[in-house]
Amino acid sequence: MKRSYLFLPGNQPTMLQNGAVLPADVLIFDLEDSVAPAEKDAARELVASALRSIDYGRRGLAVRINDLEKLYVKKDLEAVVTAGARSVMVPKVNGARTLHHVAVMLDLIEEECGIEKGRTKVIALIETALGIEKAFEAAMSTPRVEALALGGEDLCADLGCPRTKEGTEIFYSRSRLLLAARAAGVDAVDTPFTDARDEEGCYDDTVYARDLGFDGKLSISPHHLRPIHRAFTPTEEAVAFALEVVDAMERAKREGRGAVSLRGKMIDLPVLRQAERTLELARASGMLTAETEGASL
Amino acid sequence: MTRQTKVMPSLGEAIRQSGLRDGMTISFHHHLREGDRVLNSVLAECSVLGLKDLTVNASALMGCHRSILDFVRDGTVTGIECNFMHAQIGQAISRGALEREVVFRSHGGRPAAMDRGESRIDVAFIAASAADATGNCNGKQGNAAFGSIGYAMPDAEHAQYVVVVTDQLFEYPLIGASISEESVDAVVVIDSIGDPLRIMSGTTRVTRDPIGLLIAEQAAKAIGASGLLRDGFTFQTGAGGTSLAVAQYLGEIMREQGIVGRFASGGITGLLVNLLREGLFETLLDVQCFDREAVLSIGEDARHGEISATRYASPAAKSSVVDHLDVVILGATEIDTDFNVNVHTDSNGVIMGGSGGHSDTAAGAKLSIIVAPIMRARMPLIVDRVGTISTPGEDIDLLVTQYGLACNPRRSELASRLERAGLPVVPIHDLKAKAESITGVPTRSTHKGRPIARVISRDGMLLDTIAMIED
Amino acid sequence: MNSKQMKRARAGTLESGDVLVTIEPADALEIKLYSPVINQFGDAIMRSVREVVESFGVTSGTISLEDQGALDCTIRARLATAIRRSFEEEEGVDA
Repeated sequence: MKRSYLFLPGNQPTMLQNGAVLPADVLIFDLEDSVAPAEKDAARELVASALRSIDYGRRGLAVRINDLEKLYVKKDLEAVVTAGARSVMVPKVNGARTLHHVAVMLDLIEEECGIEKGRTKVIALIETALGIEKAFEAAMSTPRVEALALGGEDLCADLGCPRTKEGTEIFYSRSRLLLAARAAGVDAVDTPFTDARDEEGCYDDTVYARDLGFDGKLSISPHHLRPIHRAFTPTEEAVAFALEVVDAMERAKREGRGAVSLRGKMIDLPVLRQAERTLELARASGMLTAETEGASL
Repeated sequence: MTRQTKVMPSLGEAIRQSGLRDGMTISFHHHLREGDRVLNSVLAECSVLGLKDLTVNASALMGCHRSILDFVRDGTVTGIECNFMHAQIGQAISRGALEREVVFRSHGGRPAAMDRGESRIDVAFIAASAADATGNCNGKQGNAAFGSIGYAMPDAEHAQYVVVVTDQLFEYPLIGASISEESVDAVVVIDSIGDPLRIMSGTTRVTRDPIGLLIAEQAAKAIGASGLLRDGFTFQTGAGGTSLAVAQYLGEIMREQGIVGRFASGGITGLLVNLLREGLFETLLDVQCFDREAVLSIGEDARHGEISATRYASPAAKSSVVDHLDVVILGATEIDTDFNVNVHTDSNGVIMGGSGGHSDTAAGAKLSIIVAPIMRARMPLIVDRVGTISTPGEDIDLLVTQYGLACNPRRSELASRLERAGLPVVPIHDLKAKAESITGVPTRSTHKGRPIARVISRDGMLLDTIAMIED
Repeated sequence: MNSKQMKRARAGTLESGDVLVTIEPADALEIKLYSPVINQFGDAIMRSVREVVESFGVTSGTISLEDQGALDCTIRARLATAIRRSFEEEEGVDA
């Protein structure tokens, strides 16, 4: 379950080290915005060295490369793919073309390095009006795409609107991106909350995105991991109900029926899918262990 | 009948009147923290008077007291006894600045040594922000208010001669005095006892370091799972950023579960004052104030009480606050696989601190928790044997790090409680190996110079010695 | 790599957990290390430095490391960056 994606500034050794214990589901080593132009080479070297030697456990590991306008993108890709990054976040994705370029480079690098072709996945960061318009096309452009992520700050600059805490101005873009991701069968990741000190604000923003259907949220601060995970933690009632649904559907299956009644309500496949999602979130939040699940089933 | 006034025209006159002679011991408290001007002024006066061979017994020597090294050089001071020594002084002492060994005690051990007659104070100089002409005084009023004066109370009781040093004289009788006239011999008014801005300069903010917060959250969960967190809970935590974060997370748990604690004790910060005001604790027992909020609160709020060092932590007292503690949160510069803790010396063996109340609260509390990252920059926390034993391992129950919790093997029932709550309990040897897999295995020099300090346990026994560093 | 092409280069910072590496052209190879953990990790750091230096074929120059308690992977990365910068046309931006 990938609820939280934490950016780590690529040129800060201590932060790269901290990433090994921070409770993010996915770490994004950043070579782009958080690194000064004169330090791009240093950050690339540092991130590759960290990926090789630091034990990040079972977290997802992604690297945000520089945008394709920059000539050092190939160096970024080579360095991080050979060091073992499983995902690459590509900034400023404006449709399929951007990702075709990346996919071609990844094909080459994987072949040169003897890495299984297609292993390196892509998270497409969508942060322009054109990118939003072409979000579905981008998601379908290569099987490497695993998620679409929204970059609200750059998007607002492109749209020419102020970026507010309430986020009314990006409501349509959020929905468009979610729709594209769902239609393409990839994850949808929400824009980061930008005030590192406002944990409650981050919680509210995450609840909002969760209710739109987002799977996870980008985070620019480790202080946002707690509120993000809290927002994605289902209530105990929801978990209890989900367990009952799964249980009831198991019975229905054994009895060869497609739907079953639970507490006077009809339970069918869509309800089961919601319940399974709830249970997955409950497992990610540590609410369910093998023991408790076994006991209730 | 004519009475002699206690008010002396100058520090020098007070010193002359006190009968202070070469070789005697003078004492100080550290409630003015990094803003204190009294210790330096007294030593300068002693030097001018040509006094030699004095022993300074201070509850703590802060960075602002580093001019003591000048008076060591000119022979005014040849002995130092304290419960804490700032690195700026420790570095010189560790390189052999003082011929005689420094005597380190704990905040409870210091008054206990006075009670048992092992530690004699000839003249106590007690800085007070408010005093009257007879020596009734406190730290709660006046321009340089610093709050509790707890560490000076045993000095007032035991010293052969007591001088109250103030910069604000009030009409007799000063109401709400913490030290009373019956034990005071002389009063001196000087221009300024200390800089109020620096008095409250301690690092009393909740940490923003994500690793510190992670450790604090785990520590709070461990307290929640310990079985000790219930109505009537008693708690102490230090003023370090991570310790404060534990109090904050603990507050969240108490709020959620509707638990009200009986008291929080020790050094008091604004964060604990807020928990008191919110009703999460019924009282505060304050031996020293760490920040402005605490200083204001102790002057106004009857539930915020002042305690002496003796009542706080002395093992020679008939009972003391630390013996009523459920949980204490403590730090460590090093901890070894037997859970011995070092807060006296750094990884190179140089003096940079001291026990303070560490060993007292660890001995008293039912659950003593060390919160620390498994490494600082490249230096691992956990070692085979600490450089200096400040608190014996038998008094430490739990170590909380960002890579898991290690329980003292003597506390197996605690380990199973924590495991049942889903907390990652691991052997301390595993945490050590984890850190060394990241930092590499440090090499340790075995060379030791002459002893330059003794660490005395709270019961008055020799706990460890600290050796000189030869570069 | 030929010492004649070398130029002065730096990489890293003086922040805690980092190391500042400075390379100056010189006729002979000299390595200077300043570190708060020199007693504990001095030998280990020097071993890593020699390994990286050899892997780049550097045989001359004064390399000084002002260590702030950096991990081995950080020391190797900073040193590699400094060496690359020392032999490249532009400092930093290699685009």
